[in-house]
Amino acid sequence: MSGSEIPLLQLYRTMLTIRRFEERCNYLFMQGRIPSTLHLYIGQEAVAAGVCAHLRRDDYLFSTHRPHGHAIAKGVEPRAIMAELYGKRTGCCKGKGGSMHVGDVRVGMFPAVAIVGANAPLAAGAALAAKWLDKDRVSVCFFGEGAANEGAVHEAMNMAAIWDLPVVYVCENNLYAASTPFSKAFKIQNVADRAAAYGMPGVVVDGNDVEAVYRVAGEAIARARRREGPTLIEAKTYRLCGHSRSDPRTYRSREEEEEWAKRDPIPRLAGRLKELGLATDETLASIEQEVQALIDEAVRFAEESPLPEPEETLQHVFWTEEG
Amino acid sequence: MREITFAEAIREALREEMHRDASVFIMGEDVGVFGGVFGVTAGLYEEFGPDRVRDTPISESAIVGGGLGAAMMGMRPVVEIMFGDFLMCAGDQIVNQAAKARYMSGGKAKVPLTIRVTTGAPGSAAAQHSQSPESWFMNVPGLKIAVPATPADAKGLLKTAIRGEDPVLFFEHKMLYAVRGPVPEDPDFTIPFGAANLARAGRDLTIIAIGGMLAKALEAADALSQEGIEAEVIDPRTLVPLDKDALIRSAAKTGRVVIAHEAHKRAGPGAEIAALLAEEAVEYLDGPIMRVAAKNVPIPYSPVLEEEVLPGVDDILAAARFLMGGAKA
Repeated sequence: MSGSEIPLLQLYRTMLTIRRFEERCNYLFMQGRIPSTLHLYIGQEAVAAGVCAHLRRDDYLFSTHRPHGHAIAKGVEPRAIMAELYGKRTGCCKGKGGSMHVGDVRVGMFPAVAIVGANAPLAAGAALAAKWLDKDRVSVCFFGEGAANEGAVHEAMNMAAIWDLPVVYVCENNLYAASTPFSKAFKIQNVADRAAAYGMPGVVVDGNDVEAVYRVAGEAIARARRREGPTLIEAKTYRLCGHSRSDPRTYRSREEEEEWAKRDPIPRLAGRLKELGLATDETLASIEQEVQALIDEAVRFAEESPLPEPEETLQHVFWTEEG
Repeated sequence: MREITFAEAIREALREEMHRDASVFIMGEDVGVFGGVFGVTAGLYEEFGPDRVRDTPISESAIVGGGLGAAMMGMRPVVEIMFGDFLMCAGDQIVNQAAKARYMSGGKAKVPLTIRVTTGAPGSAAAQHSQSPESWFMNVPGLKIAVPATPADAKGLLKTAIRGEDPVLFFEHKMLYAVRGPVPEDPDFTIPFGAANLARAGRDLTIIAIGGMLAKALEAADALSQEGIEAEVIDPRTLVPLDKDALIRSAAKTGRVVIAHEAHKRAGPGAEIAALLAEEAVEYLDGPIMRVAAKNVPIPYSPVLEEEVLPGVDDILAAARFLMGGAKA
């Protein structure tokens, strides 16, 4: 697959939408417009964009406590995510989930799972159903390298492998589990090396290179669609922000951050687009404007949306409320 | 009506629902070729094949979480956790995932997931294979909890669980599996959740009996009847939702309440029921609400120790006699 066969402009647009959305969230949080905390995805956009570009609406995605990027890339409307962060009734979870649980089952995204690693069994189960229903649907599970040490991930990957389930596990190794560096939690160099222990392919990819992510994910997802079994992809990347809004990042050096900032996937892709003659500065500026307008609209929608009514707290505990 | 065992009633419910709806499947440890460690799923593997009666690795998180993921996609999984004690291995998937998926999604997600679990003692199975953990999950909004006490209830409640759209913990007391009773053959026989069973009418006191304690409560009621005390026996059948009205109605009628369950006394199901009656029916009560339950110790191995810990007919009788004016046991 050469660069020209990859929808690079579409990927750029997705990545930029995620970045600008997150930057605006950060700003709104500091203004006190958004409560709670935020786990931002800044710096990791190439992973969500490169993987989700291969997914259809009816494929199933399972995300984490850092889900905004996955949600945008899977097709959850930015305005519905923003309204959710505001705690509004028009949010994608009607104000009941918030940042850590954004998702919309109507576009194939389970409400994001904020217990680290707990989404891995769900993705295996969704893949079991997909395989069974004899469709070419797949499921994709994003998780951080920290989650790879959870027992649920082990159980799920083994199950996915023994049953040849159509699931792709995407480990976003951003080098820090909150504050704990990779080297303190792993004796091995690559999370993907564990794939061999389960009997599935394991692939390491530069998570800041969207073309590489797109290629690797394309192969894994095609393999799942062909019902040939699961794949573990490890995308090496870096959070260009703290773990959450309350993280002063004392566990890593500014020098290291500067090094990774040079590998920021978005300017990198912009350069590539120009190099390939797929975009000019004007094209990029026009995408920037479109994205800004989309985010502006999302914020306006969130601001103007009604808050939930207190009685709504009692709704949606069960499908059938009896007794 | 023909009589079958509790285990056969469950198997019949599973078989009928699997014939009725192709999206129903079974998944768990040793449920297939082996037929389940208590033989409950025997024959289903041969009838429905390895996809629909699926043996799993020993991976409780993946069994429950996998069931949840499949349920989200439109399947109706009936997953089995071999012993209630093992539910904690899947604790996160039950408590944080299955229970909350619908709520966190703003009502968009459906979770038609049934989790079958065995509970109870005796059997000298000791501290990690004998517990009755129903109330651990009563504190978690979003889970329905069924505790059948008769073969008919087992069949009817399991069908309701499988046909419903919510996650259900379905607790099966091991000592009930061989118990026989009349069970309707109508394939659409179901029992709604939140509807208590008035197992015996009486005027003097109410015994609220859960799961394996129902038979013991009825035995106690017969003995009390010989003493001129007419006990009413009520089985809530589901703890979530709970048929509050039936319990209050009976308490109002008799003025005296004993709650019997095999779970430990402290914060067991009886604690919730007693609190509810204290809040909403205290004006009808002529005495304290008594709880008959397992002692607050792990279930011991030695038969004499185990018997000492578990609640029995004598314990129900002692509580009833005390409420009727006798000495406190």
